[in-house]
Amino acid sequence: MIAFLKKYEGLWLFVHSPAAIIATFVAALIFLGALFAPWIALVNPYDLASFSLFDGLLPPAWEDGANPKFLLGTDDQGRDMISSILYGARLSLVIGISALTIAAVIGVGLGLAAGYYGGRFDAIVMRIADVQLALPAILTALLIDGIARGILPAAIQQDLRVAVLTLAIALSLWVNFARTARASTFVQMNKEYVQAAIMMGQRPMRVMFVHILPNILGPLLVILTVDLASAILLEATLSFLGIGLPADSPSLGTLIRIGMQFLLSGEWWILWIPTLFLVALVVSINVLGDFLRDIFNPRLR
Amino acid sequence: MLTIKDLSVKFPSRFGDFTAIEDVDMSIKPGEIHGLVGESGAGKSTVGAAVIGLLQAPGYVAHGTLTLGDTDLRSLTPVQAHKVRGDRISMIFQDPQTSLNPLMTIEDQLIETIQAHSDVSESAARKRAVDLLEEIGIKNAAQRIKAYPHQFSGGMRQRVVIALAISTDPELIIADEPTTALDVAVQSQVLDLIQRLAKERQIAFMLITHDIGVIAQVADRVTVMRKGRVMESGDTAQVLGAPEHPYTKALMDAVPPLDRKLDRFRVPDTDGALPTQGDVAENWLLEGDQHERTGLSLENLTVQFLGPRTSFFHKPPPHVALDNVTLKIKPGSIMGLVGESGSGKSTLAKAITGLVSPNSGTMMLGDTELPFGKSRNRHHPSRQLVQMVFQDPYSSLNSRHRIGDILAEPLWFYGFVKDAKEREKLAASMLSLVGMQPDAITKFPHQFSGGQRQRIAVARALLARPRFLICDEPTSALDVSIQAEILNLLKDLQSKFGLTILFISHNLAVVRQMADETAVLRNGKIEEVGETHTVYTAPKAEYTKTLLELTPVMPSSWES
Repeated sequence: MIAFLKKYEGLWLFVHSPAAIIATFVAALIFLGALFAPWIALVNPYDLASFSLFDGLLPPAWEDGANPKFLLGTDDQGRDMISSILYGARLSLVIGISALTIAAVIGVGLGLAAGYYGGRFDAIVMRIADVQLALPAILTALLIDGIARGILPAAIQQDLRVAVLTLAIALSLWVNFARTARASTFVQMNKEYVQAAIMMGQRPMRVMFVHILPNILGPLLVILTVDLASAILLEATLSFLGIGLPADSPSLGTLIRIGMQFLLSGEWWILWIPTLFLVALVVSINVLGDFLRDIFNPRLR
Repeated sequence: MLTIKDLSVKFPSRFGDFTAIEDVDMSIKPGEIHGLVGESGAGKSTVGAAVIGLLQAPGYVAHGTLTLGDTDLRSLTPVQAHKVRGDRISMIFQDPQTSLNPLMTIEDQLIETIQAHSDVSESAARKRAVDLLEEIGIKNAAQRIKAYPHQFSGGMRQRVVIALAISTDPELIIADEPTTALDVAVQSQVLDLIQRLAKERQIAFMLITHDIGVIAQVADRVTVMRKGRVMESGDTAQVLGAPEHPYTKALMDAVPPLDRKLDRFRVPDTDGALPTQGDVAENWLLEGDQHERTGLSLENLTVQFLGPRTSFFHKPPPHVALDNVTLKIKPGSIMGLVGESGSGKSTLAKAITGLVSPNSGTMMLGDTELPFGKSRNRHHPSRQLVQMVFQDPYSSLNSRHRIGDILAEPLWFYGFVKDAKEREKLAASMLSLVGMQPDAITKFPHQFSGGQRQRIAVARALLARPRFLICDEPTSALDVSIQAEILNLLKDLQSKFGLTILFISHNLAVVRQMADETAVLRNGKIEEVGETHTVYTAPKAEYTKTLLELTPVMPSSWES
């Protein structure tokens, strides 16, 4: 057993880190809940027929006047909070993960190429990245949203809301990947195995993706987890501000925006439960990211 | 003076205590230079750190006694120990670049140290500092003392570090690889200084090094360590000249002599692979017309790099890395290339392989001209015919690829073997040819030691069916016993396959063992080329003579 743990030191660190275990548990629970939402949720918040206004504004099960069927209460439309949250998290995660994938592909590709070729190409890519970094993410999203509203016909605008939101988030996150990939590539370029590959006459693409990429995955993986939290938060922010998704297909941000109307009305659960849920999700992803960083950076141990 | 008895140091880990050194005995008298020699992982530095009380946490002294004069070093409180450090024991580190604070002038660093240990005024401390610098041989000390560390050369910087170490009149100085980062010329000056200080000031030196030549040159007594234990200890002449312990004997056999050429190093039998399994690879390398010998000739090769930019408007002046280099390497021979750091040795290798683009000159591989740098396209035949073995076996293999994939890559890339299974088989056979177990193909580079990785790197180079092999300091990252094995391997392969080799090294003794001809490079210019024997016994260039004189050697009277 000891020999096994010695070999997989990351695993050893994991079982000795309560924070990492709790974070993994919470994140896994939320991910699975979101994944299987259609099977475990009581009602489908997108389907008007599956809930009833008569169930509206019921408090959580431990308060007076609750219906035990709705464990965390219902909102003003009579939608079960748990169901709304699960469906909302599903949407938030889909947008977050796909935005992150796009950002990673663009960022890692450009960063690798910038580090590999250096010189003018590197300068151009990095200046573009600097400009991108100077614009706040929300501004980028507003810009893309505005352009999309301007050029797309109204008929398909509603269908493309998710795509526009995803693109906006991806555009504001690729810089992190590009910078990390470039810096790590620079380090690898001086390693002799890269020189050996170049010397053989291998294609630049092969040197970049077969030789260098596997060696810089560590830091990129950390960025990936930390930025997943950012992407989810960004989506929530945009939806909260009303740029994101409409109320009939609520993500976590939309749920919080709806809840805002009940902030001082006594129906606290409509705001607080989705908010706490979002906090739990983001914090646990961030804790996992920090833990991964520790594993990949032995100097921090 | 310093007496160490039964010293054991342990490092607690999650999986039980790791014993770094065990039952070490040693004593150093005033004015004595005591060499502590051993290969990496022998625990040399741990002994030094235990004496000065700077063991890296969580390491601790498990048992044993450490006494300096009549002070028991182990019973000191942290405050007392702090006082002893610097006051009575000083330390010299390997890299003068990092042991001086780059943001403080030499003067400030010296005065700070002097005032920390004795209650003197600043002007008195300054005067002492100037005297110290003069004593260690820095001319014009009163002015030079105002300089920052980066304004000194490497050797000068190491002298300043020594000045810092002696500024408090210590009884004992621990020098941990004090000359490893220095070129031979500078190394001999620093060693002379250490010898002089030991004699004049009666300072005891603990000289920790892996370089047996350095020990032979300056140490009065020597302790040989291996895996945390003392193997042999005694007078330098006796231990190195007539070693008793089998380990010391093996170690001495592996040290390349400067004054003669050995056909092979005597190395203890390693449990290598069965040689018969290498047949497949050997036959593959010998088949067809692949064994035609190919020479290389360079004519008036000049490489310039852009120097540091001094003005925004003007182009920076060029830095000449190679200056009109003309060199002919005969087919099937080994050309040795020696020179100090910065002499352009690696630039030459990079120019040949196309990683660096020369400004002028011609390069001919056999009868074909080699295009420069980027103008050599990816499919040029030289990409296959010229292969390289790199210096650092820890970075020359991609740590995320399996050994099998690393070795099969040239076979696949150059289109030698189409079938993946065949490639794997050939790779495994090549591993046994270079003396490794063929089952290594399923493992990753981190599972092997430096010497084994260097064997894998050699195997990779051979699998490209090269005719010309560049070895850029292939053994300078390795321990001497491993170095001897790799040199033996290269010799065997060269004679078996008629390879032409350019063997680059800063170590003259190693080149002597390997090369048929030797070229001496200095500041990008070839100082001398000739048959190795002639260059070493009757050097023509002044520079070669100096290099040969300054290289630490064992007095020949010690040879058994």
